[in-house]
Amino acid sequence: MNLNTPGSVVFENVVKKYGEVTALKALNLTVEPGTLVTLLGPSGCGKTTTLRLIAGLEAATSGKVIIGGKDVTHLSATYRAVSMVFQSYALFPHMTVRQNVAYGLTVKGMNKREAAGSADAGLEMVGLKGFGDRLPSELSGGQQQRVAVARAIVLEPEVLLLDEPLSNLDAKLRRHVREEIRQIQQELGLTAVYVTHDQEEAMAVSDRIIVMRNAEIAQEGNPHDLYERPNSAFIADFIGDANLVDCEVISTSDKGAEVAISGQQLLIPNEFNHKGNAKLVLRPHHIQLSDGGEGFEGNITYAAYLGNQVQYTIDGALGPLFVITDITSNPFSTGQNVRISFDPRKARLVAG
Amino acid sequence: MKRTTGLWLLIGLFGYAVLPWYALKRGFWSFEWVSQFGQQISASALFQVLNFGRFWLAPAGVALLVAAVLLTMNNPVKRSRWTALAALVGLIMTALQGLIIVRGGPQAFGDFFAFGGMENGQLGFGAGAFVLLLSLLFVLTTAISGMGKGRGDAFVVGLIGLIIALVGVFVFFPVVHILIRAFETPDGFSLTAFLPRLFSSDIWGLGCLSGTSCGPGINSVVLAILTGATSTALGLSFALIFTRTDFRAKKLLRLLTVIPIVTPPFVIGLALILLFGRTGAVTGLFADLFDVEKTRWIYGFDGVFLAQVLSFTPIAFLVLIGVVEGVSPSMEEASQTLNANRWQTFRYVSLPLMRPGLANAFLLGFIESLADFGNPLVLGGNFDVLSTEIYFSIVGTVADASGTAILSIALLMLTLGAFIIQRQWVGKKSYATVTGKGDSGRHSALSKGVKTACYATALPWAAFTAVVYSMIIFGSFVKLWGYNNSFTFDHYIRAFGIKHTAHGWRFSGVAWDSYFTTLTISSIAAPLTALLGLATAYLLVRQKFAGKNIFEFSTMLSFAIPGTVIGVSYILAFNFPPIELTGTSIILIIVFVFRNMPVGVRGGIAAMSQLDKSLDEASITLGANSFTTVRRVITPLLGPAILAALTYSFVRAITSVSAVIFLVSAKHNMATSFIVGRVENGEFGIAIAYSAVLIVTMITVIVLLQLLIGRRKLRASDRVET
Ligand SMILES: Nc1ncnc2c1ncn2[C@@H]1O[C@H](COP(=O)(O)OP(=O)(O)OP(=O)(O)O)[C@@H](O)[C@H]1O
Ligand SMILES: [Mg+2]
Repeated sequence: MNLNTPGSVVFENVVKKYGEVTALKALNLTVEPGTLVTLLGPSGCGKTTTLRLIAGLEAATSGKVIIGGKDVTHLSATYRAVSMVFQSYALFPHMTVRQNVAYGLTVKGMNKREAAGSADAGLEMVGLKGFGDRLPSELSGGQQQRVAVARAIVLEPEVLLLDEPLSNLDAKLRRHVREEIRQIQQELGLTAVYVTHDQEEAMAVSDRIIVMRNAEIAQEGNPHDLYERPNSAFIADFIGDANLVDCEVISTSDKGAEVAISGQQLLIPNEFNHKGNAKLVLRPHHIQLSDGGEGFEGNITYAAYLGNQVQYTIDGALGPLFVITDITSNPFSTGQNVRISFDPRKARLVAG
Repeated sequence: MKRTTGLWLLIGLFGYAVLPWYALKRGFWSFEWVSQFGQQISASALFQVLNFGRFWLAPAGVALLVAAVLLTMNNPVKRSRWTALAALVGLIMTALQGLIIVRGGPQAFGDFFAFGGMENGQLGFGAGAFVLLLSLLFVLTTAISGMGKGRGDAFVVGLIGLIIALVGVFVFFPVVHILIRAFETPDGFSLTAFLPRLFSSDIWGLGCLSGTSCGPGINSVVLAILTGATSTALGLSFALIFTRTDFRAKKLLRLLTVIPIVTPPFVIGLALILLFGRTGAVTGLFADLFDVEKTRWIYGFDGVFLAQVLSFTPIAFLVLIGVVEGVSPSMEEASQTLNANRWQTFRYVSLPLMRPGLANAFLLGFIESLADFGNPLVLGGNFDVLSTEIYFSIVGTVADASGTAILSIALLMLTLGAFIIQRQWVGKKSYATVTGKGDSGRHSALSKGVKTACYATALPWAAFTAVVYSMIIFGSFVKLWGYNNSFTFDHYIRAFGIKHTAHGWRFSGVAWDSYFTTLTISSIAAPLTALLGLATAYLLVRQKFAGKNIFEFSTMLSFAIPGTVIGVSYILAFNFPPIELTGTSIILIIVFVFRNMPVGVRGGIAAMSQLDKSLDEASITLGANSFTTVRRVITPLLGPAILAALTYSFVRAITSVSAVIFLVSAKHNMATSFIVGRVENGEFGIAIAYSAVLIVTMITVIVLLQLLIGRRKLRASDRVET
């Protein structure tokens, strides 16, 4: 990976304080050129702050911000090759759609006609050909959103920033627009940093996800890694549904960890160095149910038939569990006793 | 960054080496200095240093030189730091030499620096000094932004620096002069004499309790409290009728809030004289009907009080409309669903919620009354208040600068005290319950008793106000009020006559001069005021920087400094080098700009807070700098606020009298001071006629501005239709 090429973003120990509040604690972060990276995390964890630091809308309290190999820590937003799509779109209400999209080009000194031409090309790319003469107030929410994207990409920025770009759209449209954004990003080979607090959205669009918590990075990786190999209970719970089962680590070796769960011993084949109390992450569809044989005891307290799958809530030896099964076998009914089992290779140990 | 600095250095060099450093007798624009190039009076600073031995002008040039050499340095942060230091030293040295090496004024360091060449002193700053100081200032701010302050934005840092410098020179510097003068005694400066003089019984005496007269300080305070309370009560009546009843003539009530804005402050006093003076209409009527003696009761506390309540009730009304509407209807509905009747709801819910608003209206009335100059001047008689005492002490036979300064400080203490209370206490304790959510409830109607009380106070007062204003129209057409009541155009002809002579048309009326001066100066001051006010608002709403609270406070401060005090301070500060401005029209423009600036700031803050901040940020991330953002995004969206600021500062410049009366000169007389002069000579007819013309002028200009700037908005919405 070459972090001196245009489009890379690097944070070195970036701290951001608003008076007493620490919004970012010594953040280290790298975004590779041409990838879409999502910042994900609960409200107030510092996602927007990180984005604004890349844009240059906030100054770092300490640390370095490097874009395309150049230290831009002290460079103002005007001169950074970064554009941003705002949550509220921030379209200029007194300009037409075309003027909005051409704005960044004209302030850079391009002549009006050329700028209008590029603006029309940008609008076509987001599927808004022929809307150039309207005012933003004459567009639907989804169309406004796309104008905001067009306005940002016609500048051919090194980095495109998007702060919860879909949060003002309804659920159906959201899926459609996020696919469009992803497509444009890949077509143009843009580096994009995308903020959201919707984990499904993050999984769907990202090359990499950076999960933040309390002003720090909790874990980063590609969507698959995060889902399959969470390094904490927080991540396991945040990325997809997870059952967290109390357990005790008895011994560890290079084969994995010997774990005691409700009187039984199991070998969980993942690296783990701490003995004592821990938590076992079990994804709802990794749990098998049967009406007899091996396994932990359990009792179905609630069953929901959803057509393509059945969801159960189970009480028993492992505590309350949430389980999803396919519709192949005969569904269990509420009150029925079952046996619970799972493949240790699909389970994951995290600190308790 | 380098380019900006280089540009400013070139400008500075031009100011330092070419332009005449000192103020010129015949003015800069006569360009006599070009032909006299090289003579001492019109030489540039560089020549003053090289040819005339004025070595104290050298540091400014050295600063330019150092900054220019530093341009070759590569490390941007280091370069900025050293450039900033050089510019700062240059600025300070230049300012200091200007303050120290002078002929007159408070020569605080005079003895300390008494060495060769200093006794003669020097003239005030001229074009060269102005250009150089400005360029050093911007070199400094550019360098500061280069150090990474203010997110590295040279425009924003420059704007902050410029406004701080302007407010410092034209608000703080004069006020400091008053302070210095207040410590002056016949034999030098004395710290110990100050307090006894400030709290002497001449100012705060309570003689009126024992039969003689009270000091002007006490008079001012008592008057201000009564005026504040009465106008707040009346304003509340009006506001309740306006918002909580189905009163038919609400439009007329609205008018009541607009008219006073275009009324010069002493006009109400004049109208009252026409009604209640010795030869007044009402006085005559009463004398005939009841055979009572004609007295001069209107001259004194009663008259001033009446005039002030008439003048300031509309202001209270305007403030309280907002307050009454700010009480959330759902609170009142909640109270009613809890089985409170209308009176209980009003008494225990609405009224307490309005309390901070009422206190605010009271304090505004209190400050306005203290600062009012026109009405006490016209109606005061033997009733002395601080604002007029200040005037008389400086125009009197023995001009007593020190005594004037003491009186000014006494007045300043009162207004500043009220201002600080208003901002710190009332300002924060607002229950305004306007939320983003659509509050769909309805305000509860007034109970019968409250409604009756409102109508019984507000309506007679509205009628009275109407009568007073109609006096202005009648008075201007009557030959000699009270003696010869025949109809005439004489006053208008004398004031605004136009004669046809052999040399063509001539403006022969006596008022034309001051009328044109007033219009010219107001139309120069208005856009400058709006610009400065809105620029300040932009910094306050949109930018973060250290010391922002102090910055805000000091820009609002001039609002709390009464006009008379500003006038006095300007005379004390700008009568001598380094900044010698008295007698020019520039000082009039400056005084208007800084007195009216807070209004522009407030309007701008209100308007800008409603513009989503992400609009600016979007523009910035799209590669526009702050200046382009302001020009292409913020300004077009601020149309109405700009219009309001322009109108208001124009109108205030025309109607202002208190500060102006100290600063006018034979050459640059203003309408209001001309009128006051007529009043003092007893020529009421012409005074009133002139006032009427002013009012009509202002209304015309307001309407024209509305049409001009209002039009653009219309076109934008036309497009929405298609
Ligand atoms: N201008 C500011 N002044 C003071 N504190 C701020 C400011 N902006 C953000 N913060 C604080 O910094 C922290 C991080 O804020 P940030 O906006 O980055 O959160 P976020 O992750 O974007 O949250 P959300 O998902 O709710 O948008 C929060 O605790 C917030 O209160
Ligand atoms: Mg956010």
